Amino acid sequence: MTTTTSPTRPATSRPRPVTAGEARAFLAVLWRDLYVTVRELPVFLAQVVLQPLFLLFVFGKVLTDLGFAQGGYTRVLFPGILALTAVVTGLQSTAFPLVIDFSFTKEIEDRLLAPLPVGMVAVEKVVFASLRALLAALVMLPVGVWILGSIPWQASSAPLFVTVLLLGCLVGSCLGLIMGTAVPPNRINVMFALILTPLLFTGASQYPWASLGHLRWFQVVTAFNPLTYVSEGMRAAMVPDVPHIRPWVSVLVLAVTIVVSMAIGIRLFLRRAVD
Amino acid sequence: MNGNGNGQGPVVEVRDLVKRYRKARTNAVDGVSFAVRRGEVFGLLGPNGAGKTTTVGVLTTRVRRSGGTASVSGVDVGADPVRARSLVAVVPQRNNLDRSLSIRQNLLFHAAYHGVPAAERVRRADALLEEFGLAERAGDKPDMFSGGQAQRVMVARALMHAPEVLFLDEPTTGLDPAARLFVWDRVRDLKARGVTIVLTTHDMDEASELADRVGIMDRGKLLALDTPAALTRGLPGRTTLEVAVALDGTPAEDLLGELGALEGVERVEPVAAAGAPGGWPPMGGPPMGGPPAGAPPDGPPGGGAPRELRARLYLGGDAALLVAPVAAVVARHRAQLTDVTIGAPSLEDVFIALTGRALR
Repeated sequence: MTTTTSPTRPATSRPRPVTAGEARAFLAVLWRDLYVTVRELPVFLAQVVLQPLFLLFVFGKVLTDLGFAQGGYTRVLFPGILALTAVVTGLQSTAFPLVIDFSFTKEIEDRLLAPLPVGMVAVEKVVFASLRALLAALVMLPVGVWILGSIPWQASSAPLFVTVLLLGCLVGSCLGLIMGTAVPPNRINVMFALILTPLLFTGASQYPWASLGHLRWFQVVTAFNPLTYVSEGMRAAMVPDVPHIRPWVSVLVLAVTIVVSMAIGIRLFLRRAVD
Repeated sequence: MNGNGNGQGPVVEVRDLVKRYRKARTNAVDGVSFAVRRGEVFGLLGPNGAGKTTTVGVLTTRVRRSGGTASVSGVDVGADPVRARSLVAVVPQRNNLDRSLSIRQNLLFHAAYHGVPAAERVRRADALLEEFGLAERAGDKPDMFSGGQAQRVMVARALMHAPEVLFLDEPTTGLDPAARLFVWDRVRDLKARGVTIVLTTHDMDEASELADRVGIMDRGKLLALDTPAALTRGLPGRTTLEVAVALDGTPAEDLLGELGALEGVERVEPVAAAGAPGGWPPMGGPPMGGPPAGAPPDGPPGGGAPRELRARLYLGGDAALLVAPVAAVVARHRAQLTDVTIGAPSLEDVFIALTGRALR
């Protein structure tokens, strides 16, 4: 009972200034991930853009052309799909590689043995995943123009658009960090089905949140999905005339979610990385 | 990249190290202490689950200790893991090469993580690939490599940041004999270069072949620590002297009785010519020189009595000192000594003596 008390807490949990060597190691680890992504760019883009592309095509083009949805629906849909792309790409970019690395290939070990705090390896994963999410979301802009003919855009809301986009990328990556480190290897399939699918459809990306007033219970459920606030923030920036959650509320919820999930994610990451 | 790298004092120092994993009932490492000198090859020998890998895990910052101290080049691995990581390199049991990168890139990125300048990384990578016979496959992905080749790449990768200590965790487990010998040669080369090496193994041959000193571990405890020679020398009654005698009508029982009565002989037993029953087979191959058992019938005529006697003497002391007395006894019986083999005890015997169990 008493022998488990540990005299040495990991240095990584203690805030302290980052040294030049650690910063260099961090950048080298980030460079490795970017290098691999850039080299496999077509595969990466196909992997992340295909799902939102089909959602956009079926809901925004096919259903409206067939008359099942009104023409204005694409204005509501596109910001939501952009939000979904950012969040889901971020989530997958941390969760999948981490589950595989920690449980099977152990490739990450070489980076865990690099001279930088282990927590910074987790931060690097989030930064990298966010960059991938950002790239995927930006690619959706021309894709949107191509499929829908035009996309809603408000130059005056650009700062809000950028803020929400970045927060969306980060929130997805942080949630992925938790998933990738908390899910045991034998549960990957189940967990991704149980988490990803509800996440996709309770995030207000295919419908504005305010319109759910007559479906109260579902509106409450969606309020627990961080994606909802990214979708609503995007709408606030791109189609301000559509009723939406107030931008400051969305930004605040996202910021808090990022801080909390990052803290939990790093803690879980340390548990996996150091026995 | 330097700690207290001045050649003084131990490079690796472990004192009263304890590790208990979450939810475990017992300590995986239970009060282990040892020190490794600069340039030494230090072996941790023990069965699976003895705590060897955990000990290495603590020293390489991947396992958090529960008690005691562990340092590398004077750097406390628990208090300053970042600095410690720049001083150590690990070759793990399992292939953990980066499958998205070629093996050359594996080496280059590893050095980049450790802050080796770009030009120097390239120079070191090319030199190591050449030295390890990997230059022609530098652009290949690790997936295409056999276990032995991957092992080579991992050793090369470990050397990229010029570590103070190289940890080899079961470096030859699962390798074919040729790959095993290659790893052994590399370890000797590295030692010649002055690299300090800590290796874990459950292979007693490997430990005695490579290690300057061996720590024998079992159930989290370090049971013994010394040079392989000293460890085996310390075993009472574990040295053997195997003799072959051409009998010339002499009754074997008389001879055996007298051999057994010699000072320093604890026990004597006749041995079937090939495949000794029980006991410790002599080291250094089968006995040579004597007529083989069941020799062709042109031996000395001896009626119905056996023509040859093989006996193993279990000794309390140095086997070499008993050769002359044995020869004298044999001569007195008018028999002829045809072969003498000194059987040295192995580390396996040491392990059995310490734990009462076989190593595997």
